[in-house]
Amino acid sequence: MRRVRAWLPGLLLVAPSIVAIGVFVYGMLGWNFQLAMTDKHDEVSEGEFVGLTNFIGIWDEARWHLSVNHAIMFTVVFVAGALVLGWFLAFLMEKGVRGEGTFRAIYLFPMAVSFVATGIVWRWLMNSGQDERAVGLNRMFDWLGLPQWQWFRDPDWGMAAMAIPAIWQMSGYVMALFLAGFRGVPEELREAARVDGCTEWGVYRHVVLPLLRPVTLSALIILGHISLKVFDLIVAVSGKQVITDVPAVFMWVAVFDSHDPAKGATIASYIVLSVAVFVIPYLIWSVRKERRP
Amino acid sequence: MAAAAITFASVLGLSACGGGGGDTAGGQPSGGKQQVEVFSWWTGPGEADGLQAMRQIFEQQNPGQTFFDAAVAGGSGDKAKALLASKLQADTPPDTFQGHAGAELQGYIKAGDLEELNFLYDELKLQDVFPSQLIEQISVDGKIYSVPVNIHRSNVLWFNPAVLKEAGVAGAPKSIEEFLTALEKVKATGKIPLSIGSEWTAVHLLESVLLGSLGTDAYNALFLPGADWNSAGVTKALEDFKKIMSYAGDPQDDWQPAAKQVADGEAAFNVMGDWAYGYFHNPPEGGLGKTSKTDFDWAPSPGTEGTYLWLSDSFTLPKGAKNRDGAVAWLKVAASKEGQDAFNPKKGSIPARKDADQALYTDYLADALKDWSADKLAGSIQHGVAVNQPWLAEINTQVGLFLGTQDVAALQKGLADAAAANAQ
Repeated sequence: MRRVRAWLPGLLLVAPSIVAIGVFVYGMLGWNFQLAMTDKHDEVSEGEFVGLTNFIGIWDEARWHLSVNHAIMFTVVFVAGALVLGWFLAFLMEKGVRGEGTFRAIYLFPMAVSFVATGIVWRWLMNSGQDERAVGLNRMFDWLGLPQWQWFRDPDWGMAAMAIPAIWQMSGYVMALFLAGFRGVPEELREAARVDGCTEWGVYRHVVLPLLRPVTLSALIILGHISLKVFDLIVAVSGKQVITDVPAVFMWVAVFDSHDPAKGATIASYIVLSVAVFVIPYLIWSVRKERRP
Repeated sequence: MAAAAITFASVLGLSACGGGGGDTAGGQPSGGKQQVEVFSWWTGPGEADGLQAMRQIFEQQNPGQTFFDAAVAGGSGDKAKALLASKLQADTPPDTFQGHAGAELQGYIKAGDLEELNFLYDELKLQDVFPSQLIEQISVDGKIYSVPVNIHRSNVLWFNPAVLKEAGVAGAPKSIEEFLTALEKVKATGKIPLSIGSEWTAVHLLESVLLGSLGTDAYNALFLPGADWNSAGVTKALEDFKKIMSYAGDPQDDWQPAAKQVADGEAAFNVMGDWAYGYFHNPPEGGLGKTSKTDFDWAPSPGTEGTYLWLSDSFTLPKGAKNRDGAVAWLKVAASKEGQDAFNPKKGSIPARKDADQALYTDYLADALKDWSADKLAGSIQHGVAVNQPWLAEINTQVGLFLGTQDVAALQKGLADAAAANAQ
């Protein structure tokens, strides 16, 4: 009885959220995977179980290959760009810039803007018009005598350009993470390294960076899952055009234009799985770490 | 998944119509009046005015009904259709909704979402006032599911006379070959030969090129069961499309900035539907305020003279509408001469009825009205007449891929596969 009294109130307290998450997250996920394994290719048919047919069949579609390649390029440029820029900003802050509070606020502000608003502004900035038709960044580059770009309309590197607004938006957040990480490195450790004759660069290389590894990993996970699911930014910049297709946009087209629920669910499943590849190892790692004394 | 999609679509929808309360139930008595929820994507200048004009007639004729405007913004109804799909899935249809007449409605018909309207056509004798080829192209097994309010033309070549003169082009090109020659001449002057918008405008151009290259009968045959998209004729048409696209300027964000390049004298040609006329002609805040025949001019797109590549906005009667009587009353206004003559001059389209008051239609619209009564008809691809929604989505995908790869053979294979999978 006493033992029940110990855990029951706690359970009752969390029960509503467990039920809600159970139904609306895991229930829906299950429903989605179930739908993806049927041949419900229009809204009317019942949908017979077909196993993994849809998951295999989609690799025959040229558009799927394109959207996967786009997602990879976007993710690599966005994650690397935001990490490097965020780290660099945090480094500058840590070196004691005057008015740090102001700078911190400035770099963090983009986080408060939605991807849609960011996208609409950057659509104009990254307009592909050149020379006398140039606006936005191309106009500035023209004026500075720098080469002008096709930006997101470039057939090969368009998705790298598409990552620029995302980097702009998220690097401040990464900076905040790293800054907290820098501040968490005890001053004694740095001093000990300096006493041992370490250069300032060496202090960072051998003392601070290794201690930042958990922060880097968290940032990587957060950025990675945002990147693989990206939808709103792409739609705001370019709409649902094939030239900037990513799996989430393809999913939208499959459900609402092609009226093919099973295909949409298949793409959704792939998105969930690709995010899981990032998140699950992280969860295992953090659980293990917590168990350690 | 479906539930998540519904929530998401409603969020999109609500933000699009500015909190217009798209979910307010129709048919709720408000002050003793019945509400009719009319779902459309007419929110732009011109079209919204036209809708208001029909609304006034409707409310005069039906004192017991109030009109509830559930319009969702967005060109060619992309966002509206997504919101509509979720409403239909949740069995909470609006009392009546806008859809392109023709194959676009097939999905709704197959899903059993729509009531057939033959009773209304019989009651109002609509078979006699709409062109017979139109009735034929919108019937499914002898049943009609929508009331066309207007007719738009897709195969219009808009051009800037001054730019053509500068390039030494005598007039609007009559054939694809003449078009290519003209494009080359314009290119030599440094102007943009052909302006283009986002990817759907390339599909819009493709349908005009297919029609111009294949001819009307071969074009119409492409949408019959067992049609041959692998023919040499289609290959030729797609090669023409590739050549024409090679003269296109930088893609603009949508059709308006592309049309504006022609109006501003930056570009020579643009192929766009005749809704562009209102954009060129209407005074600023809604249009560019240009003078027709001097600042901009028009002709049927190359090789398509004598054919009206049409599309039509229509209204439907969803099954399970809360206020069916109100919806039928709305359809009667939409089908009436009075309703169509109030709507169309404002929207910049011509009435589907043959007995329109000709005096109301001037300048471009007078031309359109004349051609509509004389020309052969062909159904638009991009605007929902000839192909159903999954087919159209696949065509858009294939053209989008082609714009990257420039591979005509792959495009033709993609289009042929899409036809085989979707033609019925």
